Amino acid sequence: MAELKVAVNNPTGTTREQDLIALVQDGQNELFYELVRPYERRVYAAALAILRNETDAEDVAQEAMLKAFANIRQFRAEARFSTWLIQITVNEALMRRRRERTVVMEGIDDRREEESDYAPRDFADWREIPSEVLERKEVRQKLAEALATLDRKYREVFVLRDMEQLNIQETAEALGISVASVKTRLLRARLMLRDLLAAGWEQGWFSRLPFEKGSKPW
Amino acid sequence: MVVNCEQVWHEISNFIEGEVDAGLRAAMDEHFRTCKRCASVLAGTRNVMRLYGDERMIEVPAGFGLRLERRLALNARVRSRPWSTWSAWLVPVAALLLFAGGLRVANSLATGPELKSEHAQPGWGIPPDMQVVVTADAKVFHVAGCGVIHNKSTERTLTAKEAMQQGYVPCLRCMREYLHTASAGHVTLETEADGGCRGGTSRSGALETPQTDCSSPGQRAMLLSDND
Repeated sequence: MAELKVAVNNPTGTTREQDLIALVQDGQNELFYELVRPYERRVYAAALAILRNETDAEDVAQEAMLKAFANIRQFRAEARFSTWLIQITVNEALMRRRRERTVVMEGIDDRREEESDYAPRDFADWREIPSEVLERKEVRQKLAEALATLDRKYREVFVLRDMEQLNIQETAEALGISVASVKTRLLRARLMLRDLLAAGWEQGWFSRLPFEKGSKPW
Repeated sequence: MVVNCEQVWHEISNFIEGEVDAGLRAAMDEHFRTCKRCASVLAGTRNVMRLYGDERMIEVPAGFGLRLERRLALNARVRSRPWSTWSAWLVPVAALLLFAGGLRVANSLATGPELKSEHAQPGWGIPPDMQVVVTADAKVFHVAGCGVIHNKSTERTLTAKEAMQQGYVPCLRCMREYLHTASAGHVTLETEADGGCRGGTSRSGALETPQTDCSSPGQRAMLLSDND
């Protein structure tokens, strides 16, 4: 029913998302879930990256969605809706973390100064890993575990930029840090993950992949 | 321009982002053609970005979407509800008063505490002397050991009666058995801001309660056990 209404009321060539936003802003509250459903995963992942606790992450993700719903009339078309939603989520998650003071439990590395001179450790022959590996749950699990080993400041930037697909500027604004810090942390996060996954190769994470004998995907 | 390996590593992220100038890009391209190690670093970094950027890497807990949809639906209903129209709920409130025996309920309605969550579910048959725990800045009370208690450092124990008098509402998870009843009169509710409790529940009460009025303090007080 709602979908039909959207299709009929779309004479201007606007996207489906823009139509949904306009309708919800106009009071059709029941369409809000349809609007945010495509971003459920990303909102949850953003909250999880900051809170590192599934229960808290779900709660914050839901709170963020409710806050977005409450403020939908303030959303302006010049911003991407997904970015707006992720930024609300990041704010909610940061507030939750401050409230629960979990920051004191973070690793010692978080107190170090920014370091951009991280040097790669593994230089084996490489090739592209096919994305089909992600069909295997154990591979996804290993990748998630590798990500979880990163210090908070690197993990947050990496998740927002490379998983949530915010741009550098948006990532900086969401986390309240400088663009330069985002770039520095992003470089380090990517190189560290690359080394972790290269080590994972040694441990056979991708052992059932059809790579040629003796070569690595790095 | 010629770049060495360390310069390449330092700029490799910007290179992938397309944020290096044309001269540096050309120099790095040339370096990658001749340096197997740096080509390995570039390919591995791209692998990382491609794999982690895949949506399959993000898994949400089972039922996440359903719980979210219910919560949004409840929120949407509440927002569109004409609260200013007193007549819309005077009738069910009056019926409630009659059903419960009048004066005692009326007193509790008049003097009950402010709820910490305006859309909470009332409990049913909760023993008033049951030991429960609450935490600062939260809205719900829990059985000790409940898995969704936040801010545990501020935890304090009190009776269910005291908790409800102070405006706390039952946790949807650990107090679930008190949120489900068997008789007719169905109300589907979910707390709007229960501080971490998940899951929608469908409840029905021996007391037929309007959806909009479940959080009435007096009504919740009445839903304590009779020996309260």
